[in-house]
Amino acid sequence: MLARLASSRNAGLAALAAVVALLPLALVNNYYYDIAILAGLNAIVCVGLNLLIGYAGQISLGHAGFFGLGAYGSAILTARYGWPPLAALLAATLAVALLALAIGRPILRLRGHYLAMATLGMGVIISIVIATEDRYTGGPDGMSVPPLTLAGVALAGERVWYWVVGVLLVLAVWLARNLIDSPHGRALRALHGSEVAAEVGGIDSARHKVRVFVISAVYAAVAGSLAAHYAGFITPAKVTFFHSIELVTMVVFGGMASTFGAVVGAAVLTTLPQALTVFKEYEMVVFGAVMMLTMIFMPKGLVPTLAALAARRGKSP
Amino acid sequence: MSLLRAEGLSKEFGGVRAIEALDFEIQPGTVFSIIGPNGAGKTTLLNLLTGIYRPSAGRMWLEGRPLAGHAPHQFAAAGIGRTFQNLQIFFNMSALENVMAGRHLHERCGLAAALLRTPRLARAERACSDRAAELLAFVGLEAYEHSAAAAMPYGALKRLEIARALAAQPRLLLLDEPAAGLNPSEINDIDRLIQRIAARRITVVLVEHNMKLVMGVSQRVLVLDYGRKLAEGDAETVRNDPRVIEAYLGADAH
Repeated sequence: MLARLASSRNAGLAALAAVVALLPLALVNNYYYDIAILAGLNAIVCVGLNLLIGYAGQISLGHAGFFGLGAYGSAILTARYGWPPLAALLAATLAVALLALAIGRPILRLRGHYLAMATLGMGVIISIVIATEDRYTGGPDGMSVPPLTLAGVALAGERVWYWVVGVLLVLAVWLARNLIDSPHGRALRALHGSEVAAEVGGIDSARHKVRVFVISAVYAAVAGSLAAHYAGFITPAKVTFFHSIELVTMVVFGGMASTFGAVVGAAVLTTLPQALTVFKEYEMVVFGAVMMLTMIFMPKGLVPTLAALAARRGKSP
Repeated sequence: MSLLRAEGLSKEFGGVRAIEALDFEIQPGTVFSIIGPNGAGKTTLLNLLTGIYRPSAGRMWLEGRPLAGHAPHQFAAAGIGRTFQNLQIFFNMSALENVMAGRHLHERCGLAAALLRTPRLARAERACSDRAAELLAFVGLEAYEHSAAAAMPYGALKRLEIARALAAQPRLLLLDEPAAGLNPSEINDIDRLIQRIAARRITVVLVEHNMKLVMGVSQRVLVLDYGRKLAEGDAETVRNDPRVIEAYLGADAH
């Protein structure tokens, strides 16, 4: 039984790695590569956010703030202070982790709507600070960001970035699934299931909530920093409340408490607006509609719903 | 020495005294039952004993060490486990995972080890899963090992809560109405299960309305009425206490 369990764990990861490896066959030009990279970066954020929302059952409407701080932290340290990009990425991520720890402690005492409002406020504050501190951030016009260099070689071009993001996505999924299958992950699912039962079972729920909040913020910060270096330019548009909502929609649509669901949700909802370019101006409307339809017709999200359907098919003769 | 001692324990909710100046001691290795009419304060008392509520006054000791101002998870770490009258199952997990989560206190692992799933952690996880499976078998749920908790019948969930509480290896196990809503044959199973738990030298506190069950398994019974101690003693003494009969059946009964 355990061998089967172990193989099913690795099978999912192998399938994801295979998709990442084979996808370039379908990517006919740099525009397609660009969309795939954006989807991959969103997927990394969503895998982290899903740990918080899907597994621990805590909402955040401010994760674009962490994404933005990772992006701008990296941008400012490299462009304004001449830091090496990799050091800037690590420093920005560490700073975001400390900030998430400081913010998470007081606000994760809140529940439900109150937590949603507090994280929303956090995201809005970060977004306003970034838009107004134009000495450092370039304000609403944004700022340019030097390319990422690894061992002295600058990473340039969509094809190179595709592999960087692809490998990091597989790594992000592997780490998240390991966490979920550990005592830490069980504690998160337990406090989601019944906080009082988790507590009397010896689980320090406040500590576990703050920890997963920090982990999800780190995922967002790393993706943000990478996105800034990849695009070579960053504007406050990626730090807005709307971007936070996009991220939550991806997680909910793909399937809460499903790591692969978060990846699928990010992939579909990053690609969809590109495919429906006629609706470009109605992007927010499309996201709103997707969110509503998901809640009504498949509240568990795409991947868990399909998995349940496949299981039922498999059982019937 | 008593396992648990409470002195002057009180709990007020905005002027309403749910528990008032309660003194009692629980001897190790016994089944200690708490009975009383609805609203007598039984569940409030269990919430005080697990740190969910903080007492308005009074003190508690577990094996001589004070239990004060701690969070519920610290009460659990001190050795107190419980089940709930209204089920508090982790419905987002399987039966086995519910019990594995119950072992949280004994499965300490670093965050880095968890993220990287070190071979040592993988072995610990297998051992944890085996222990959890043993406990499911102990409460008679081996058939449900891989069932989703959400798909299990009510009677099985009552026992799943007991298995999960036992997984923490408590010295004191509080059972809040384990027989409520069960049929007579299921109540017999719970009766035998409590005796097997007691045989493992785990002290049991039983809150229960089913008098046949209470009188059969308890060494000592505490009767609560309006948050106060009405009577305390062995099952026979309490059963024949006129104050107890009056509280349960009304003054005209004798």
